[in-house]
Amino acid sequence: MSEWETVIGLEIHTQLSTRSKLFSAASTQYGAEPNRQACGIDLALPGVLPVVNREAIRMAVMFGLAVGAKVRTPCVFARKNYFYPDLPRGYQISQYELPIVEGGEVEIELQDGSHRRIELTRAHLEEDAGKLLHEGYAGESAVDLNRAGVPLMEIVSEPQMRSPEEASAYMRTLHGIVTFLGICDGNMEQGSFRCDANISMRQKGEKELGVKVELKNINSFRFVERALRYEQQRQIDALESGKPIIQETRQYDPGTDRTRPMRVKEYADDYRYFPDPDLLPVVVDESIQVELAKSLPELPQARKTRLIKQYALSADLAAVLVQSRQWADYFEATVEAGAGASTTARWITGEVFARMHKDSTELAEPPVSANSLAQLLKCIDSSVVSNSAAKEVLAAMWKGEGEAEEIIEARGLRQVGAGADLDQWIDQVIEAHPDEVEQYRGGKDRLLGFFVGQVMKASGGKADPKQVSEQLRIKLQSG
Amino acid sequence: MDLTAETVRGIAKLARLRPNPEEEQRLIQDLSAILEFFAQLSEAEVDGIEPMAHPLEVDQRMREDEVTEPDRREDYQEIAPDAREGLYRVPAVLDSD
Repeated sequence: MSEWETVIGLEIHTQLSTRSKLFSAASTQYGAEPNRQACGIDLALPGVLPVVNREAIRMAVMFGLAVGAKVRTPCVFARKNYFYPDLPRGYQISQYELPIVEGGEVEIELQDGSHRRIELTRAHLEEDAGKLLHEGYAGESAVDLNRAGVPLMEIVSEPQMRSPEEASAYMRTLHGIVTFLGICDGNMEQGSFRCDANISMRQKGEKELGVKVELKNINSFRFVERALRYEQQRQIDALESGKPIIQETRQYDPGTDRTRPMRVKEYADDYRYFPDPDLLPVVVDESIQVELAKSLPELPQARKTRLIKQYALSADLAAVLVQSRQWADYFEATVEAGAGASTTARWITGEVFARMHKDSTELAEPPVSANSLAQLLKCIDSSVVSNSAAKEVLAAMWKGEGEAEEIIEARGLRQVGAGADLDQWIDQVIEAHPDEVEQYRGGKDRLLGFFVGQVMKASGGKADPKQVSEQLRIKLQSG
Repeated sequence: MDLTAETVRGIAKLARLRPNPEEEQRLIQDLSAILEFFAQLSEAEVDGIEPMAHPLEVDQRMREDEVTEPDRREDYQEIAPDAREGLYRVPAVLDSD
């Protein structure tokens, strides 16, 4: 049996977070009523002319600088010609021979902790098309052009990924970069970040690429991996039974976990690109590049490394925190406000995340500020409240019942350390369990846990477990 | 430079045109003549000249990222061939993308 090598390249479409469209001053806000945000330019009324959005250019330049690419200046917009009702102009304004970003590379990290560099071919700017609706229009289709003209940046990788896992790691890495740069909101459900994956197989050692299949419009990290895994096996099976691979576009269906061919449009690839005569070459001044280079934020990989070093976090915790800039910022703000780094990391990735996901109403950010969270976590670190009581306090803070200290006092959750109360509870427990005491003294150390549990129960959860076990050990031994 | 009937049919298809055989013959002649005319450009001496995307020595002016377009949906839909409930209506297109 021959050994196969998988070759994968990704084209990722990121929607840029501009307020207005790439060539018109209509809003890009998501969720508006149909066609309320489609102006004359988006509708391609006769006589209108596109005007380039400066911010979209800046965002593409930021991306180029962040991945160490060459920012091409001047770059040129081109017309990609095809007829479809979601494209009123009859052509999409895109970039072809002279894209704004050329080359560059990103480093991806795999499950086993190993790293690989993936080179980029290019990234270019283009406008999105409108949305077609087919269901419930009595044999017709309906068109919503709000999305028409929204700026997209398409990032094309070299065919350098060798497994579905690498492809999803690459997709995650780019997602991290564009969201940390603040140039894309990264919302995959709304389609702000989606990809097309090209996959082919070849014999190991072979230089030539095999026939590729394109998987269209995948909007999840999990799906890209599953779709490619299915497609990889499908191609190997075909090749090994002597069937040729047909170059085609396929679609992944998460329901059945399979890919199936999409209808082939005749001449679909004959786009007859040419430079758009309505738009002049776009020059990006050297000074703008220098300014943007200076203001580039710390990117996920660098931030992760710093979090590990600066706060002595485990690589796993740091990796979870840098999955979004919001959480990395929240973590650092909480530590800044005085909480211990390790407690903060554990609580944010534990309780806070759990609460964020539990609330079915989509929360953009946690209702508890970093400062308030820090006050609670300080109470844990100084043993003012137990871990379990702190969860109750956080739940109350989440509902807006006040600051940690107030809630702890109001609910009587202050943990009781060494003192008369603790002595009394311990004495009660020792008296109530003479058999266990005898066994413990006879060498059954494991029973300590049992005693701690009993004392905690007697205290109504208020005793400090650390103090309890210390005091218990002394008392049990001295008996 | 003579275009084949097949090429002209391909171009017509891309342009969503369906010429009858007579029109097709005329298109073959016209387009071939146009291409011949353009072919004269290749006689120009262009050694050492950088390709350009635009004949003018100017670059693109840009606009600030501000929303200034008002919502004029009703006006636009009034002049559309068919629009209902805020949506433009077209004959069914069934391609899955």
